[in-house]
Amino acid sequence: MQHVTVAVFGGIYNNHFALEATIRDARRRGATELYCLGDLGGFGPSPDRVFPILAREGVIVMQGNYDHSIGHDLADCGCGYTDPRDNHYATLSYEYTRKHTSAAHHPLLRELPPQLHRTWGEKRVLMAHGSPRKVNEFLWESTSPDSFLERLLDEGNADVLLVTHTGIPWQRRLPSGRLVVNVGAIGRPANDGRTDVWYAMVHIGEDVTAELMPVAYDHAALAAEMRAVGISEEFVETVETGWWTTCLEILPAKERSRGRY
Amino acid sequence: MPSRHLPVLQVPAVVSSERAPKVALPSLDTVWIQLTGTLCNLACLHCFITCGPKEERVPMMTSVEVRRTLAEAAALGVREYYFTGGEPMLHPDFWALCEAALAVGPLTVLTNGTLIDDAGAARTAELFERSRYSFDLRISLDGMTAEKNDAVRGKGTYVQITAAVARLAAYGLSPNLTVVAHDDDMTDKDARLAFLAFTRTLGLTRPRVKFMPLLRLGREPRRTREYDAAELDCLDGELARGIAEALVCGSSRLVAAGGVYTCPILLDAPDARVGDTLAESSKPISLRWAACRTCVVEGLSCNT
Repeated sequence: MQHVTVAVFGGIYNNHFALEATIRDARRRGATELYCLGDLGGFGPSPDRVFPILAREGVIVMQGNYDHSIGHDLADCGCGYTDPRDNHYATLSYEYTRKHTSAAHHPLLRELPPQLHRTWGEKRVLMAHGSPRKVNEFLWESTSPDSFLERLLDEGNADVLLVTHTGIPWQRRLPSGRLVVNVGAIGRPANDGRTDVWYAMVHIGEDVTAELMPVAYDHAALAAEMRAVGISEEFVETVETGWWTTCLEILPAKERSRGRY
Repeated sequence: MPSRHLPVLQVPAVVSSERAPKVALPSLDTVWIQLTGTLCNLACLHCFITCGPKEERVPMMTSVEVRRTLAEAAALGVREYYFTGGEPMLHPDFWALCEAALAVGPLTVLTNGTLIDDAGAARTAELFERSRYSFDLRISLDGMTAEKNDAVRGKGTYVQITAAVARLAAYGLSPNLTVVAHDDDMTDKDARLAFLAFTRTLGLTRPRVKFMPLLRLGREPRRTREYDAAELDCLDGELARGIAEALVCGSSRLVAAGGVYTCPILLDAPDARVGDTLAESSKPISLRWAACRTCVVEGLSCNT
């Protein structure tokens, strides 16, 4: 039986500090392959610094909604906010990333695969950004019932589903025995009042298990860099406190109640 | 689902099914449950399905019907549930049915809030904490003042609604306040930001507001006007790319005592009834009704 341990992360959001720290942590824990489920840009200060790290480390990358929008030079990130305050900050974040991502990276972003399929032993693993059927669908823990997830796995012919996009990690063993993991995001904290970010170590053998891993990184350096380039204090506050200040509209009632705002 | 054909206030189709845009249902993600039919303790002047204290033309669903619907929906892999009416809290088994829904998925209750007393707030908070899936309330409040709100929702309702919101806030809950743009000064960005700020004065620490465009059917035409012919041009021919996927009828169905309907707005349109069960209601529909204009052009989504 083949045993494989891989690291899976998403939502880099221009946070090159957390990206370096995550890769170090994953290698130290024995990850033989690294996967990124998309959204390289957003929130943070230096979009172009992310690309060489991913290339140097051989990270296998797929496309998120941000990557699709930036790669095609679209007018917005495709997050679909209706709350005027969230819309304001989403626009700021997207415009900053759009302006500071070199056009030389656009073809790479455009050509990233929308999904990844891997078969390890007898286990079929499906990796998607939001959900297997829609790049910007949010799979939150409190609004993804078992029967709905079983349907997604049936439709995707998968035993394991790995996603990101929401920014808050969780995992669930379904009644069928199959596994769904939202790996969280490494670009910003998980609205839990701690400055760590999260990714998943996935162990594939007779069965598939996942560990959700917190990563401490130099968030003070990130905050300083964000301030130096004039990024809004609301975004910096999240990095420094671990509480989300923007994009709150998308949170279901349960997840929203656990945050400060 | 038993087929009880109902007396209706008929909402006629305004476009032939051949010419109207078609909307497929590639995935049934959301099930709306018309828990109390058209029975409500209020009679709002803009109510799009003419609910009220004496409006029992669409009857309350039985608990057996609701549980059967939930079981069928869960078997189909439905993602989320909404209880609506009328006023859902008038249902005698309201809390038990909330628990039944929350056993299979996240639930949002659309309520006018006026029946949420101290005990109701406590029970909501207890269920919110205990349920595995998200339990949410959407409370309708149509203005930041009694003058604005009571003009459409009825005298004294502003005080009742804001008191209910404060009771829930005292338990740390943040109901989603739903505002219908029944007045021109409720549509621009500044007015919406002002409303968001106002919600904090009610004690909400994590305010959420859903702004809804006005639907010109039900009682509303008597208050203002119906759709005019020029507004309905968008219902002739194909939809622009991307619109169909965003429509509620592209991912949802409404279950009422009389059967399954395309969406919550068309309860009074007999030909919007698409089956007795969810399984048989998955065929594509045509946007034949004037109110479809509001979803197509103004981007109305009933979902939270």
